[in-house]
Amino acid sequence: MLEIHNFTKRFNGRPVLFDFSLSLPRQSFTVLVGPSGCGKSTLFDLLMGVMPRDGGTLAFEGEEIPDLRTRAGYMAQKDLLLPWRSLLENALLPVAVKRTPSAADLAEARDLFRTLELSGFEKHYPWQVSGGMAQRCALARTILFHAPAALLDEPLSAVDAITRQSLRNLLLLLQSRFEKTILMTTHDVDDALFLADRIVILSRSPLSVKEEIHLTGTKPRNPAAHDLFLLKTRILNSLQETTS
Amino acid sequence: MKARSLPFVTTLSFLCLWELICRLRDLPPFLLPAPSRIAGVLLSEAPLLLRHACVTTFEILLGIALSLAAALPLSVAMFFSPTLERSLSPLLIASQAIPVFAVAPLLVVWFGYGIGSKVVMAALIIFFPVTVTLLQGFKSCDPGLRTLFFVMGADFRRTMRFLYWPWALPYFFAGLRVAVSVAAIGAVIGEWVGSLEGLGFLMMQANARLRVDMVFACVMILSCIGLLLWSAVSFLEARCVRWVREPEKNRTNLL
Repeated sequence: MLEIHNFTKRFNGRPVLFDFSLSLPRQSFTVLVGPSGCGKSTLFDLLMGVMPRDGGTLAFEGEEIPDLRTRAGYMAQKDLLLPWRSLLENALLPVAVKRTPSAADLAEARDLFRTLELSGFEKHYPWQVSGGMAQRCALARTILFHAPAALLDEPLSAVDAITRQSLRNLLLLLQSRFEKTILMTTHDVDDALFLADRIVILSRSPLSVKEEIHLTGTKPRNPAAHDLFLLKTRILNSLQETTS
Repeated sequence: MKARSLPFVTTLSFLCLWELICRLRDLPPFLLPAPSRIAGVLLSEAPLLLRHACVTTFEILLGIALSLAAALPLSVAMFFSPTLERSLSPLLIASQAIPVFAVAPLLVVWFGYGIGSKVVMAALIIFFPVTVTLLQGFKSCDPGLRTLFFVMGADFRRTMRFLYWPWALPYFFAGLRVAVSVAAIGAVIGEWVGSLEGLGFLMMQANARLRVDMVFACVMILSCIGLLLWSAVSFLEARCVRWVREPEKNRTNLL
């Protein structure tokens, strides 16, 4: 269980987050949707410890921690692959920054490459592969953090429709096979409906939870199904209210 | 015409025009010697020129090594400590505002007539562009990548090794390429002020005897040394930072 309790952050005296709280059950998939500039990125920066918070506590599995550094994998909108390292070396980066990767690490990475349909491209460089493959490699790197949680900052927003569909399925794998507790931000309500166990609709100034929607049923879901279509309309209306 | 042959054609055209002007205007060799006369000196005085060119090249190479030995750790330290950067920046900029000619006699007094003063002079000229471009390279690193390394729990040493240093390499090579092509200026000025060997010394000797053809021969050798060093750095750059050029190699129609 990951518990964010009363997070507060001010910029020039103005609160961007004020007493923001959220609980993430173990191995759950929580998706945050909200208008641009509502403070999602700031929340991620606070969770990772990139910037200090003005108040609030963070607890993981009952233990109070300063931030999620080393406890969460991170995947962003950009693939953030290092162009001077091969795909395999990029995937193994979270291991390499701590110690020299062992034969077991290499075997695990190669196995992961098979799962993510990247076999045969281990020695290729990021600039030699498509954007979708680069993003799949970024997903492999997120898994190889070997962290119990994963923070995904709009990981699907920069890919085409076909790649998006394949990545959605792989993100579900991240939750089911690798048993991660996932917190993801997105602008796309379809992504949220496809992936989430819980959708959190955010409002801005300061960032707060406007509405929580718990989704049930087996995944992957079909966002075009009638009940999900109605839900999508409801979420979009709620977001529109937030924006206006 | 192939793009590779263009520089040769341009140089050859320039030399032909120069030769033509000298012959048509019948210019005296002590004013402007024709390229054919300079080529004659290059051939007839080859052993002498080569001996002095070796000395100057050695001074330049040592100057490059010395400046790199100082610039690399200093730029890393300035990147690590913004306080140090703020403290040293005015000094660095001021050092560039001082004409090299003004410090040359002082360096000869401090380091003697030997090779030391010339090496320091060359190093002083190279030091600034390398330090500044490398520091700029470190600072320009993608914030997303910096976040990624932070979340991975990488310490400064590892982040430097895996991220900042490779990221800054193209900047480093850009600075080094400019630096090595001007390094000869430092060494030659040092030799002008006080030395017993080197191309700068030879130029002073030839100038005093109105051997302008010899002066031009020295200038041409210095240009060749600069070009060779520039090419060597470009060669190294092409091997070390493949990720910059390779993706753009086939996109030849872009403006």
